[in-house]
Amino acid sequence: MSALIEGLFNGISIGSVLLIAALGLAIVFGLMGVINLAHGELMMLGAYTTYVVQNVFKPWGEPWFSFYILVAIPIAFMVAAIAGLVLERGVIRFLYGRPLETLLATWGVSLILRQLVRSVNWLLAICIAVFCLLFFGGMTWLSRHPDWERIRNWVIAILLPLSTAIAVVTGFLISKMPVLTKAWFSARNVDVTAPSWLRGGVKVLDFQMPYARLFIIVLTIICLIAVYWFLNRSTWGLKIRAVTQNRAMSSCLGIPTAKVDALTFAIGSGLAGVAGCAVSLLGSVGPNTGQNYIVDTFMVVVVGGVGNLFGTIFAGLGIGIVNYLIGSGTLALMLSYTESLKPLVDVLLFFATSSMAKVMVFALIIGFLQVKPAGLFPQKGRTAEL
Amino acid sequence: MTSPQLTQNNPIQTDLTLRISNLNVYYGESHILRNVDMSIPSGQMVCLIGRNGVGKTTLLKTIMGLLKPRTGEIFFADKPITKLTPDRRAKMGIGYVPQGREIIPRVSVKDNLLLGLEARPQGRKGNESIPEEIFDLFPVLKTMLSRMGGDLSGGQQQQLAIARALMGKPRLLVLDEPTEGIQPSIILEIEAAVQRIIKATGISVLLVEQHLHFVRQADRYYAMQKGGIVASGNTEDLSQEVIQQFLAV
Repeated sequence: MSALIEGLFNGISIGSVLLIAALGLAIVFGLMGVINLAHGELMMLGAYTTYVVQNVFKPWGEPWFSFYILVAIPIAFMVAAIAGLVLERGVIRFLYGRPLETLLATWGVSLILRQLVRSVNWLLAICIAVFCLLFFGGMTWLSRHPDWERIRNWVIAILLPLSTAIAVVTGFLISKMPVLTKAWFSARNVDVTAPSWLRGGVKVLDFQMPYARLFIIVLTIICLIAVYWFLNRSTWGLKIRAVTQNRAMSSCLGIPTAKVDALTFAIGSGLAGVAGCAVSLLGSVGPNTGQNYIVDTFMVVVVGGVGNLFGTIFAGLGIGIVNYLIGSGTLALMLSYTESLKPLVDVLLFFATSSMAKVMVFALIIGFLQVKPAGLFPQKGRTAEL
Repeated sequence: MTSPQLTQNNPIQTDLTLRISNLNVYYGESHILRNVDMSIPSGQMVCLIGRNGVGKTTLLKTIMGLLKPRTGEIFFADKPITKLTPDRRAKMGIGYVPQGREIIPRVSVKDNLLLGLEARPQGRKGNESIPEEIFDLFPVLKTMLSRMGGDLSGGQQQQLAIARALMGKPRLLVLDEPTEGIQPSIILEIEAAVQRIIKATGISVLLVEQHLHFVRQADRYYAMQKGGIVASGNTEDLSQEVIQQFLAV
C-alpha cells in the first residue's frame, strides 16, 4: 500500500514537472497552433535566469538567500516572455499558417539559443547591444520622416550593413581585454542550489516527500489556476480565444490581432521560463536542458487533445504516473502476487528502468493515438468540425 | 450608367459615410474588381445586387480591409482608410456581418456579443453588460446566452452576427447576404430588425442581397456585373428589366 502511495506521489511529481513544462506549450501549440521547437530553450533561459538570480543573492547571505527562488520565478517569467516576444515579432509572425517553415525556423532558433548560452560573454553582449542601438534606434528615429513608406527599404539597406560594420569594428577594438572575452556560463553545466527550506523533506508513512518536489507541485497548481483564470475570465483571455478560433473575423470586430498574437506567445514563453525555474531545482542546468523536455511536453499536449487545458492536466499527470510506476518496477511488484500474470510481470520488469520506461510510455502513447487520434478530450459537438 | 461623378483624391467635406474611388482588386493575377466607384450617403441604406461571382463579397472584404486593393482609395467619413488594418477600420465605426456569419464557435453567445464591444473607440473595459435594445431586436438571443456560439442554428447565428456588429455602435453596417439559407419567417424578422436599427440609430447600411423583398427596402442600389458597377440609382426606379438583367439567372 505504501509502495503505491509513494509511486503515486513520485508519479504526480514527475507529472507536475511535465505539466508545468507543457503548460506554456499548451498555449503556444494548443491554442495558437505554432509548433515552437525553441520552447525547450525558453525553459533553459528560465533555468539560467534562476542561476543568475541565485548568484546575485549569494553575497547578501541569509536571510535574503532563502527567498531568491521567489524572486527568480517572476524574473524567469519576464526573461522568457521577452525572448518569446522577440521570437514572435522577429520570426514567427511571418510564418503563421505555415507549419513546416515554423518548424524549421524555430529549430534554428533553438540551436542559436543553445550556442548563445555556451559562448555569451561581455564582448558578444556589447556587440549585440551596439548593433541593436544603431539599427533599431536609427529606424525609430527615421520613421518620423514624412516619406517613411517610400524610403523604408533604402534605410534598411543602408542601416543594416552600417550598424553591422560598426558593431564588428567595436568588437575587434575591445577584444584585447581578457575580462570581456570570458564566457559567462561556458558549455559546462551550472548548479542551482535550492534554498535551505527546500532541502530535505517531509516523512510520510515510510518514505520521504522532498520539499523541492512539493514546491514544484504547488507552483504547478498556482500556474494552472492563473492560466485558467486568465484565459477564461479576463478580457484579454476572451480576445485570445476569439483570435485563435477565427483570426479574420476577430480583426473585423476590432480586436488588434497582432497585439493578441504577441501577448499570447509571450505568456506561453513566460510559462516556459517558470518551468525552467522549477526544473533547475531538480538537477544541474546546461545548454541542453531544454532538449530533455521538449519531446515529453509535445507528447503531453498531443495526448491531452490539442487546445484543451484539462486534457493537458490529465495527460501530464497520467504520463508522469505511468512513467514512474513502470520505471520503478512498482507495477511489476504489485502484479507479481498473481501467478497467472507471470508473463506480463516479466515484460514489465524488462522495462523497469527509467529510460526503458520512457520507451514503453511512448509505445503506449502511439497505440493510444491510433485509437483516439484527437487525444483524451477531443472537441465535441457542432463546433468540432470547424 | 448613372454612377455619381466623384472628384478623385480631393477630400472635400461631404455627407458621405463611405466613398470608394477607382478600386481594383486582384486575387493573384486574376482581376476581380474593375474600377469600382461607389458612395454611401449618411443614414441611407444602399443595396448591392448582382449574380453569384461578380465580386460583391470581394468588394465588402476590401471595404473591411481583409483584401488589399492594388489601386484605388476608400474614404470613411472623409478619412482615407485604404492602408488601415481591419481592426482599425472596425474601431472607426464599420460593423461587418460577413457571409456565413463567422460566429466564434467555441465561445459562449454572451462572450460573442461582448466581443462586439471591442469595436467601440475606447475598447472594452470588462464590466459592460449587453444593452437591452439588443434583446428587443433579437429576443431569441436572450434565451441562449450561455450556449456555445457554434452550436446555434444558422438563423440564430445570423441574428447573433448582426447583434454582435451592433454592440460596437457602428456608423456603417455592412451586411453580406444576411438572408442566405434562412427560413422565410426569420428573414422577415431580420428585415424588420434592420429597418428598426436604421430608424432608431440613423446609421448607414451597405447590404448585399439576392432576396428581392429586402432589396426593395433600400434607398439606393448598385448593380454589379463582371467585377464592375454597371447600374445604380434609387430603388424606386429599380425596374423589372434591371432586375431581369442583373438578378435573374
